[in-house]
Amino acid sequence: MAGEIYKKPIMFAIVSAVVILVGTAVTMFIPMMTAQMHPKLEDLKPYTAIQLAGRDIYQREGCNNCHTQTVRPLKTEVMRYGEYSKAGEFAYDYPFLWGSKRTGPDLARIGRKYPDQWHYRHFEDPQSFFAKSNMPSYGWLKDNLLDPIDIKRHMDALGFPYTDEDISLLNGKNELDALVAYMQIIGASVGRKGAVRSKVQLDAHEMENPLAGDPAAIEAGKGIYEENCAVCHGGNGGGDIGPSLVDNVFLYQEGDLEDEDYFEMIYNGTEEGNVEAGRTMKGGMPDFGEDLSKDEIWSVIAFIRSLQNK
Amino acid sequence: MSDYQYDNRTVNGFIVSSIFWGVVGILIGLWISVQMWAPSWNIAPFFTFGRLRVVHTNGLAFGLGVGAIFGISYYIVMRLTRRPLLYPKLARFHLYLFNAAIALAAVSLFAGMNQSLEYAELEWPLDIGVVILWVIFAVNIFGTIIKRKEEQMYVSLWYIIATVIAVAVLYIVNNLAVPAGLFKSYSVFAGVNSANVQWWYGHNAVGFVFTTPILAMFYYFLPKSTGLPIFSHRLSIVAFWSLVFAYLWTGAHHLVYTPLPDWIQTLGIVFTIFLIAPSWGSVVNGFYTVAPDWSKMRTNYLTKFFIFGITFYGLQTVQGPTQGLRVVSQLIHYTDWVPGHVHMGTMGWVTMTVAASIYYIVPKIYNTEIYSVKVANTHFYLVLVGQLIFSVTMWITGIQQGALWKAVNPDGTLKYTFMEGLAKNYPFWQMRTAAGVIFTIGMLFFIYNIFMTSRKGNALVSKGVR
Repeated sequence: MAGEIYKKPIMFAIVSAVVILVGTAVTMFIPMMTAQMHPKLEDLKPYTAIQLAGRDIYQREGCNNCHTQTVRPLKTEVMRYGEYSKAGEFAYDYPFLWGSKRTGPDLARIGRKYPDQWHYRHFEDPQSFFAKSNMPSYGWLKDNLLDPIDIKRHMDALGFPYTDEDISLLNGKNELDALVAYMQIIGASVGRKGAVRSKVQLDAHEMENPLAGDPAAIEAGKGIYEENCAVCHGGNGGGDIGPSLVDNVFLYQEGDLEDEDYFEMIYNGTEEGNVEAGRTMKGGMPDFGEDLSKDEIWSVIAFIRSLQNK
Repeated sequence: MSDYQYDNRTVNGFIVSSIFWGVVGILIGLWISVQMWAPSWNIAPFFTFGRLRVVHTNGLAFGLGVGAIFGISYYIVMRLTRRPLLYPKLARFHLYLFNAAIALAAVSLFAGMNQSLEYAELEWPLDIGVVILWVIFAVNIFGTIIKRKEEQMYVSLWYIIATVIAVAVLYIVNNLAVPAGLFKSYSVFAGVNSANVQWWYGHNAVGFVFTTPILAMFYYFLPKSTGLPIFSHRLSIVAFWSLVFAYLWTGAHHLVYTPLPDWIQTLGIVFTIFLIAPSWGSVVNGFYTVAPDWSKMRTNYLTKFFIFGITFYGLQTVQGPTQGLRVVSQLIHYTDWVPGHVHMGTMGWVTMTVAASIYYIVPKIYNTEIYSVKVANTHFYLVLVGQLIFSVTMWITGIQQGALWKAVNPDGTLKYTFMEGLAKNYPFWQMRTAAGVIFTIGMLFFIYNIFMTSRKGNALVSKGVR
């Protein structure tokens, strides 16, 4: 009788093991044997020695306790972070670092969003960028030099390719260097911008700033500038991490740009290799098109013009 | 009456150890709750949020949780088999090894040795230690059950057997890794596949650490402390088999809207909804057990611990499946709602049931009465209120976070920057710390009560009364 099983512990253990493990086989073991669980994007490359060292530090410091690395295919999420995550992006992630909690923002598209200098300074003093941030400072990583022999061992364990030069380049580098190198490669095999994020192309009648010279707009633009721009371009537009806005050099060439070009760069950000007004970008400026309305962007431009006394 | 002695010292040792690690875990929990709203409480490198959070979760899951499970399972198994443990000396060694492993685990996590797999953070040398601990436990449990003197195996034994089997498979598979030195390893699984393996583990570690062994305690100590038999044996049978069958299909509900193949997500969600049934099988069984005499809630101080505990289990097992639904997940996933959910289970269901079991066991071991029912009642109300404020606060802030992340202006731009959303969490995070303090004070009443009870018991022994 069925009731006999409760008198036979070995039989009970075997039966319960089978019952328990059916779901495991269907949802875990069998999929693991199929190609759908091992996708790889064409552009995806294994981590280099310094990137892996940075990833090790990311793991050691438990960054994944506060930051996720998956953008879900939801409209506002793609607007906020960039293109949603693809299965094939993570083939060299042993293990995945998607995380489960966003105390801080998602980092799946952080790579190349900001210049290196931004990351160094933000790691050292997050509150100088965002006064209300609750992120701890990681400036102390600068004091720890990388151990090339250790990192070589890690590359070997994963079977990632490297040259002797890659390893010798690690000499003298510190842990913050490595962490920033890792930041910049996260999500790099996919373009940051998704289908939902359309690049703005202004219509002919929109090319002039409708708010130019408007004192109220300049005042509003000042507030927006201080919140979003000052940290890189300086409080008075004199430049810092980002270039000066008042020295008449734009995109590495002498000579001002039109309001329209300002608008497109603020809206879209800059991406290496893209061209604006015949000048080639080097990248490093994030896009604000999903955060700021058109009027807000025009207000900022009106404020920048006031800094330039134009 | 009996010609043998139960090995109470080992049971007691595990109880004391689990309480100790529980205090460590709870205090670190308070600390990291402050770090959420006061970043200056991060002390690099060893005491930053990223390192402390894993000490908190591991300390409570493995130190308090598994420690209590080891000790209380030994207690239950000896009674239900009507014999001492088959290998009492091995159990003693088990106790020492357990404490050594947890201490090393804590140190290694402070030092940043971390596999980055939630609830499986420990590096490979400690993983081997955990497996040895588990094998010792399994040998003693199975050995004692096989050599039992009571033919019929009671419900609690089924749950303990299922726990031993499931945790072994889960832990070993998810921790498979290639070592790269003594303190570092890389998972053998990568990318999407590693996510699937991890959450298969992560969810079922909850299932087989925070559910099945706690149900074993519930099914044993509820009838023992009330004197009322379990309402329905048939319901116990149905609930057990359907629970252990359905649990291991559900891990993918942690990965909704990630790049994991949709069919695995959907299957996980479907089985998660199904899990309401067996979970509530035990809830109904618990309620109907006490139903013939609800006055027990007043007259027997332990009854309310068990009934409130199983009530939170019931709420937990409805809330959890709801969260798995795509429409709910898209709002609350990655927010504070989820830690709110987890803490209702751990502070409401697990800690309440474990504490009540310890209240039952310790006076029995010392052959005396509990030191103070009044202190136990104070403990009860403090942890109840603390946990409720904690969970409700986190649910509110979680919904707020999700809503702010999704909010758009009429022109289609995002309404709030991430930082604007974060700043709105601070009052709730401060309230959460206050709730944690209330809960911690409640636990101190518990510890005081247990300490005084064992002192009373020791005094009786030295006077020769016993």
